[in-house]
Amino acid sequence: MNFLEVESLSKVFGGVHAVEDLSFDFQAGAVHSIIGPNGAGKTTLLNLLTGIYSPSAGRIRFEGQDLTGLAPHEFARRGIARTFQNLQLFFNMSALENVMVGRHLHERCGLASALLRFPRLSREELACREEAAELMRYVGLARYLGTAADAMPYGALKRLEIARALATRPRLLLLDEPAAGLNPTEALELDQLIGRLTGRGVTVVLVEHNMHLVMGVSDHILVLDYGRKLAEGPAAAVREDPRVIEAYLGSAAAARNLGAAGAAPRAGIGP
Amino acid sequence: MSAQFVQFLLTGLTVGAIYALVALGFSIIYNASQVINFAQGEFVMIGGMATVWFAAAGVPYAAAIPLAVAAAAAVGLALEKFAVEPARGASVVTLIIITIGASIFLRGLATLIWDKQLHVLKPFSGDTPIVLGGATLLPQSLWVLGVSLAIVLALAWFFGRTLLGKAMLATSNNRLAAQLAGIRVRHVLALAFALSAALGAIAGILIAPIAFTSYDVGVMLGLKGFAAAILGGMGSGAGAVVGGIVLGIAETMSAGYISSAYKDAIALLAMLAVLFFLPSGLLGRRGTERV
Amino acid sequence: MAARFATPRAGGMAALAALIALLPLGLRNDYFYDVAILVGLNAIVCVGLNLLVGYAGQISLGHAGFFGIGAYGSAILATRYGWPPLAAMLAATLAAAAIAFAVGRPILRLRGHYLAMATLALGVIVYMVISTEDRFTGGPDGMTVAPLAIGGWALRDPRLWYWVVGALLLAAVWFALNLIDSPTGRALRALHGSEVAAEVVGVDATRHKVMVFVVSAVYASIAGSLNAHFSGFITPAKVTFLHSIELVTMVVFGGMASTFGAVVGAAALTTLPQVLTPLKDYEMMVLGAVMMGTMIFMPRGVVPSLQALLTRRRDAAAAAAAPAPRPGDGQ
Ligand SMILES: Nc1ncnc2c1ncn2[C@@H]1O[C@H](COP(=O)(O)OP(=O)(O)OP(=O)(O)O)[C@@H](O)[C@H]1O
Ligand SMILES: [Mg+2]
Repeated sequence: MNFLEVESLSKVFGGVHAVEDLSFDFQAGAVHSIIGPNGAGKTTLLNLLTGIYSPSAGRIRFEGQDLTGLAPHEFARRGIARTFQNLQLFFNMSALENVMVGRHLHERCGLASALLRFPRLSREELACREEAAELMRYVGLARYLGTAADAMPYGALKRLEIARALATRPRLLLLDEPAAGLNPTEALELDQLIGRLTGRGVTVVLVEHNMHLVMGVSDHILVLDYGRKLAEGPAAAVREDPRVIEAYLGSAAAARNLGAAGAAPRAGIGP
Repeated sequence: MSAQFVQFLLTGLTVGAIYALVALGFSIIYNASQVINFAQGEFVMIGGMATVWFAAAGVPYAAAIPLAVAAAAAVGLALEKFAVEPARGASVVTLIIITIGASIFLRGLATLIWDKQLHVLKPFSGDTPIVLGGATLLPQSLWVLGVSLAIVLALAWFFGRTLLGKAMLATSNNRLAAQLAGIRVRHVLALAFALSAALGAIAGILIAPIAFTSYDVGVMLGLKGFAAAILGGMGSGAGAVVGGIVLGIAETMSAGYISSAYKDAIALLAMLAVLFFLPSGLLGRRGTERV
Repeated sequence: MAARFATPRAGGMAALAALIALLPLGLRNDYFYDVAILVGLNAIVCVGLNLLVGYAGQISLGHAGFFGIGAYGSAILATRYGWPPLAAMLAATLAAAAIAFAVGRPILRLRGHYLAMATLALGVIVYMVISTEDRFTGGPDGMTVAPLAIGGWALRDPRLWYWVVGALLLAAVWFALNLIDSPTGRALRALHGSEVAAEVVGVDATRHKVMVFVVSAVYASIAGSLNAHFSGFITPAKVTFLHSIELVTMVVFGGMASTFGAVVGAAALTTLPQVLTPLKDYEMMVLGAVMMGTMIFMPRGVVPSLQALLTRRRDAAAAAAAPAPRPGDGQ
């Protein structure tokens, strides 16, 4: 039984095949990266893997269970969490509360106990608050514990999304361009954070244009182009793959990718 | 076909044409600004009431009607400038409350300038019914159908053939790109509100000799115009016309054959059914929200 | 920490209770009591509606419909069928909850303008049924309603009604505050912030929306039943679209996502027409202007705007007292 199995997955928007006949297996306990030029279908794939879009065709199996067609909250219940390329935070709440929402699945709270404020609820709230604060410290947001989400800088918000996702206690965590918009120091910290995640028993799927980050942390890389699988394998092999090099150099994305590698521009794809 | 059926069909077409005009007004504003203008029905009211008022003051129709349409268009411009524009970028709920506030304000203003009575406008060319295969047709119905048809054709020409119309369509497709191409988006918005107000006012004037008009006719006519727009697919011009006609006929038929007590509920139920089961309407574009 | 978070709610509850207890000192005659009771009933509706609109971010332009179901349900059962009023009220409340539950699922899948129009249609349909089925409802002329009687004793004195409504308002506020402070309430606010993000952390959006829709319908229905029994007469005027709009305006004027704001909004907009009676003809224009003005100039509403102002003052004072820069906020 594979950890995550994707079988002939497709998603069509009007005439655009954003993901087309895609199949792959991911193993538990590793860092998998998904790379590809802009518009390759990476975000669409994550949306399919979290139930936000339902596939036009194909199946998704996670830990042996078929999740195809389920609602997003069912994907979360099964242990899949994610962050978003364009921030999706609860800007009407404090940073801490954002993370507390992530604990939603693990709280027993019926309507009656909510309306009447049973004492048990207050105790659980305290524990929830504690755990959320702990997660914020874990991702390096200790100083923002009392801050409103809409008063935080961009880099911190990216991490807040990771803390919120971790609060669901996922076994699979999907990160959509977590390094985009971060400065080199922040990107380095992210690198270390991802390394620590696997130690927590979380399998990571990383969608990223920052090749420095990708090559540093990935055990396995999947390359998409026009919604199809272009190549797949260990980082070293993918890096040398001529098709991958061509897809990157042949696209306008190449310049951006090399630039995005930031501190080590030549560490991108290529010799 | 029985004479009764023909009668219902003709009546349905007439009210359907009115709904279509109101629905077109909704669609034009929606396309230009992504706002559903809850005050759309008030344009209908202003058209009818202002014409009644001018006519009572002795102004001939040839002048009263253009004056009423111009008044409504001016109100449309003011609505855009003073209520919608200041709230650019605000949440949907905010915009809804602003346009509803505007509609209630206009209704209140109408009771002050005019009154709370029912009024009827004298038909444009008499009220001797025309007999048609056992059914009768009021000359005013011909006015409604003829003018509506002319307007639909004129709009099709405007959006399909003129530079200004194409600029408006471009703005609705992609605001930023339109701006970069040198289109003055603010002017397009103002034009959309004025145009949509004029359409509403014309609908209100055309129907006033057949149905009564009063300060609060806009509520129901606005709602039905919206239902028609939804039925056809919000934002689609052809959809608005089809939606209006289908709704008008469905309403008249069910009132005639089933029960007239719930005539007005038909439009609402149809709208709910479309929203639940066919959210993009008969002719609308379907899309998946991007994340 | 717990104490810090408990204070504003406890403080607010205490202030509201004190206000309700002391207000009668200023109520000179029965007319004043009538207005105060009306404020209380509207406030109950608004506290419930605010859970839906302000916290969960789901607009409803049809809540007068639930008010009407409560009012007419209770009135018809108690007056035409001789049910004990409390049983009639309970049945009407259950009916409102059942209807809200049944229509909630398809309606709350809609968003924005579509949700607004669908709830509007729902409210108008309830209005149409009430004004058409005159055998039961008396149609547009309305119907008389039996007083609220418990056993053989009928509650008629407005001074007693005042305390009943006051106590119920306190309870309504307390329940609402509890809900908002619970994990369920947090999930509702999360839906407002980002529905897709709430869903991917496991919040069942539809279930939560339907739940809060039902809760707000129950609030409106109970207030409707009480209103019918209190005034002894009910007409469809309370079930119109305009009344739905008035309710939403109270919520946004007082302040969305503020329970005490809902109470303030209800108080302000219920007493305004009483103050403006000499200007009765301008009532609609004033209502429309208040709606537009609030949204354009004070989109967060009175209470949150005042709160923000106070917090800023306090922060400024604190900064003046301790001029050292706060570390780390610069980046
Ligand atoms: N909701 C949608 N409706 C229509 N088309 C869509 C939608 N979402 C994505 N697409 C299209 O699908 C294709 C893949 O988009 P996607 O966002 O998945 O790419 P990506 O690999 O994440 O790109 P990037 O690196 O720029 O984030 C694009 O052509 C895009 O325009
Ligand atoms: Mg993407």
